[in-house]
Amino acid sequence: MQTFGNAQLKLLERLCNVIAVSGDEGEVRKIVLEEVKPYADEAKVDAMGNVLVTKLGHRKHRMRVLLDAHMDEVGFMLVADDGEGIYRFEAVGGIDVRHLVGKQVFVGRERIPGVIGAKPVHLMSSDERTKKVPIDALRIDVGPGGKAKVGDWAGFATKFRRVGPSILAKSIDDRIGVATLIELVKYAPSNIDLCAAFTVQEEIGLRGAKVAAYYFDPDLAIAIDSSPARDLPVFDGGENMTYNTKLGLGPAIYVADGSTLHDPRLVRFLQETAEAEKLPYQIRQPGGGGTDSGAIQRSLVGIPTVSVSVPHRYTHSPVSISRVDDWKNTINLLHAALKRITPSLIAMR
Amino acid sequence: MTDILPFLKSLISVSGLSGFETPVARIIEEKWCPLVDEVSISRVGSLHGLKKGSGKSPRPSVMIAAHMDAIGMRVSKITDGFLHITNIGGIDVRVLPGAEVTVHAASSGEELPAVIAIPPANLLPESVGDGVVGINYLLVDTGLIPREVERKVRVGDLVSFANEPMELAGDVISGHSLDNRASVAAVTVCLEELQNKAHIWDVWATATVQEEVSYLGAYSSAFELRPQIAIAVDGTFAKGPGANGWQTFSMGKGVGLCFGPNMHPFLHKKLKEMAEKLEITWFLDVTPGHSNTDAFPMQITADGIPTALVEFPFRYMHTPVEMVSVKDVYRAGRLLAEFVASLDADFVDTITWE
Repeated sequence: MQTFGNAQLKLLERLCNVIAVSGDEGEVRKIVLEEVKPYADEAKVDAMGNVLVTKLGHRKHRMRVLLDAHMDEVGFMLVADDGEGIYRFEAVGGIDVRHLVGKQVFVGRERIPGVIGAKPVHLMSSDERTKKVPIDALRIDVGPGGKAKVGDWAGFATKFRRVGPSILAKSIDDRIGVATLIELVKYAPSNIDLCAAFTVQEEIGLRGAKVAAYYFDPDLAIAIDSSPARDLPVFDGGENMTYNTKLGLGPAIYVADGSTLHDPRLVRFLQETAEAEKLPYQIRQPGGGGTDSGAIQRSLVGIPTVSVSVPHRYTHSPVSISRVDDWKNTINLLHAALKRITPSLIAMR
Repeated sequence: MTDILPFLKSLISVSGLSGFETPVARIIEEKWCPLVDEVSISRVGSLHGLKKGSGKSPRPSVMIAAHMDAIGMRVSKITDGFLHITNIGGIDVRVLPGAEVTVHAASSGEELPAVIAIPPANLLPESVGDGVVGINYLLVDTGLIPREVERKVRVGDLVSFANEPMELAGDVISGHSLDNRASVAAVTVCLEELQNKAHIWDVWATATVQEEVSYLGAYSSAFELRPQIAIAVDGTFAKGPGANGWQTFSMGKGVGLCFGPNMHPFLHKKLKEMAEKLEITWFLDVTPGHSNTDAFPMQITADGIPTALVEFPFRYMHTPVEMVSVKDVYRAGRLLAEFVASLDADFVDTITWE
């Protein structure tokens, strides 16, 4: 097992605090390149903005293993200037509008401070108070004379915090995957050729992963993401049957989501690895949703693919919560798994 | 004139919810101490700063009141380490999901960072679904494991907004609790201006408690101080997204002088004349009924007190991102100081109805 501590948490903090909305991943790209370059045999930025990193092993019969984590986060784009520093905006990626009223944001590469405002409650009719505020009634306000412009991206202004066993931050989805993948590149085992894809535009349709898989043409792939934990109490005290994942139970291994049946050989392999290494893990409840694995699996002649994720609560909201131990165990599981990969893993006969 | 912004930012970086104003009262007391002759605290927690006038004793006095309390929440129940909450004051539930908050664990004095969560629709009654979720269904998550939460947090503990102040373009500040700490800053500007200005009347700078729930501070302080006239300082609605009606005004374009049954028309007229003399831009805010400010209780205290209301426009009132123009804070402070300095010893006798 590699060491895990402050250095990793500092890296995650940097990654969570920058803003990189789908299509504008530059701030994360910069950190990734800076971190992986000293370790990579090749690190390139492709036509989409993906960072594609190759780290070759040096044993015989090496498998080409694609590891994927997306760099982008959900956010906003300014679409019209109402004057006086007030802008209309659209969501980039799936955002529940109920999280938006009264939140602080940063706009553009210059991180211009702004807030998301709406009509004051005092001036609303009782009917209005019971309805969600639609996004076209919301505005980003940077103050009179502020210098934002139409086409600027914006993201939540939340600052990363460590609290007890947890991390409170924006865009844990999927900076925690990016940080994990950086660690795996740094400590890549010699039995495989590690192909690391730091992808763009996952949140608007798994778009970066599609071309990354084509470029690498790997033997198998693992998407590293962060999946929603809906492990909250039910209002009437009943049992929560649809928690998806739970915080504190370790890395979540996917078996099936909205678009993908994850490769059963790889699922079994990850379970066996966890058990051999005495690492906790959980099976993400089969159901909707998805990760880059959906785009990767159907690429080329088909790529055996699985997905492993660190659970987080409050997905695509200003503040998500994850457990540090779940992250640490995810890194350890993946690291142990990579070392055990041999061609027989996916042999059909 | 000193820069009021650092003080204002410190005022909106602490809690001080209605009934629990001590954290903000301490900051105000420290700021006011060198600016006044005496500081006292009322039996219910309002802060009184007396700046004595130069007139012969017994001098008439003017009370200038800005409430220092803020709206917030408190823990009503704990389930599996998640906190249920209820409101203190007029909370707009639509701003709560995803809001960063501080849980004030009274038993240990610890401040726990936390976030307000909407449970997924399938964990809520069907009638709630993915619509606006009432405060009774929202949950606060501290990131701690349930056992730690049970150990640290009690029902009744306070929950306050935790976002930091943000300086925006155009001399605008944004944050929680600007309603009505911005007015506390304006009263402070007034006291600073009065350092170099002769005034005959005594001035009671007053930071009142519990305006957001019951006006307790304004009722009790007006009764205790028994001023000859009283002026409340508070916010009104700024024009902005979704707010363009007759009751909204341009932010950063001047102070508001409220007119209606809750105000004494003579005081209103005198303030208006003073604003015009000083070339401070002002607007008329007509209020046919309740002003929803400390002016309302002060006017009917004891045998009645001639009352006025000076205001400035807030954008996004009762959200954690309220906005105020710092220019308007200075304007209000300066107008108050000049008005106080203009009060003759016999001003009260000149107050007329017709």
